[in-house]
Amino acid sequence: MNVWLLLICMGLVTYAIRLSMIGLIGRVNLPSVVQWALCLVPSAVLSAIIFPELLMPKGTLDLSFGNLRLLAGALAAAVAWRTRNVLLTIGVGMVALWVLQAVFPH
Amino acid sequence: MDTNRDLKRSPRSEFVAGVRAELPILLGVVPFGMIYGALAVGAGLSVGAAMAMSSIVFAGSAQFVGVQLIHAGAPGMVIVFTTFIVNLRHILYSASIAPYLAQLSHRWKWLLAYLLTDEAYAVTITRYNQESASAVKSANRHWYLLGAGLAMWSTWQVSTAAGIFLGAQVPSSWSLDFTIALTFIALVVPALRDRPSVAAALSAGVIAVLAFGLPYKLGLIVAAISGMAVGLWVEARLLSTGRRHERGDSR
Repeated sequence: MNVWLLLICMGLVTYAIRLSMIGLIGRVNLPSVVQWALCLVPSAVLSAIIFPELLMPKGTLDLSFGNLRLLAGALAAAVAWRTRNVLLTIGVGMVALWVLQAVFPH
Repeated sequence: MDTNRDLKRSPRSEFVAGVRAELPILLGVVPFGMIYGALAVGAGLSVGAAMAMSSIVFAGSAQFVGVQLIHAGAPGMVIVFTTFIVNLRHILYSASIAPYLAQLSHRWKWLLAYLLTDEAYAVTITRYNQESASAVKSANRHWYLLGAGLAMWSTWQVSTAAGIFLGAQVPSSWSLDFTIALTFIALVVPALRDRPSVAAALSAGVIAVLAFGLPYKLGLIVAAISGMAVGLWVEARLLSTGRRHERGDSR
């Protein structure tokens, strides 16, 4: 397949997925079960991204204290819970990771 | 009182707020985009095609997989189908943000759908859910997604180009990619206010780890849908016990 045709097909497939529900769901009211389910999407999807990032930074499960991303991420989660401040959460998490990496170099 | 003030948020202030909310996560996007650019050229794509993929496809993970498959000489239909699988999670994004965009014209929907990346979705849906929890309805809230989406889009194009022409210049020892996970933590954790969302988050996270071995990010969507199912089940249980309490039953 010609590379430009391939790019256009990849783009169309991606765009169709992104537009799918935005285009379909009109002004009608959704059933309440569906509304509940949709409210859970961010918590479910983002956690499904976060957990492997923290628990398996090198591709395998690592629950040890040598897993610096898990330690920094747990600290960041505590900050997020207490302060609800996005910038502070990111700042504390990033500084924690840098400090841990400096103290425990691999 | 607050509601009235919020109703008057101008398109400009919504747009700027969206851009600002997107800024921290972009720290992690830049090295990611540079790695993509370097990888694409290394895999034999022309400079033009490597750049064009970032604007035509505009989906980081799918671009990584696509470039690797092109390099391996996979058939075009296989690459297109793989793109579909890798991007399947966007159906959930599209569905969850759709009710907030239902009033918009077709043109707005078409534009915002193009900008619906993981990063823009995460900050925008958090904002929209907070607003609806506090009964705020901002008529111009689509400008927020436009701001977050365009900030993400421009950063992706520029960092991709930088990776193509300069190579991946940000040392991985800086761990800047971690800002993406940290931003998601900052957005999710404060939103875990009730038992169904906690149940959904924990079960989705655990299943994502268990299903990590599945190819093409399938583990992610399996985990997300299972998490939503668990969350719904907890919600249904809470409702049914609540009803029994209302009727005066002991348990």
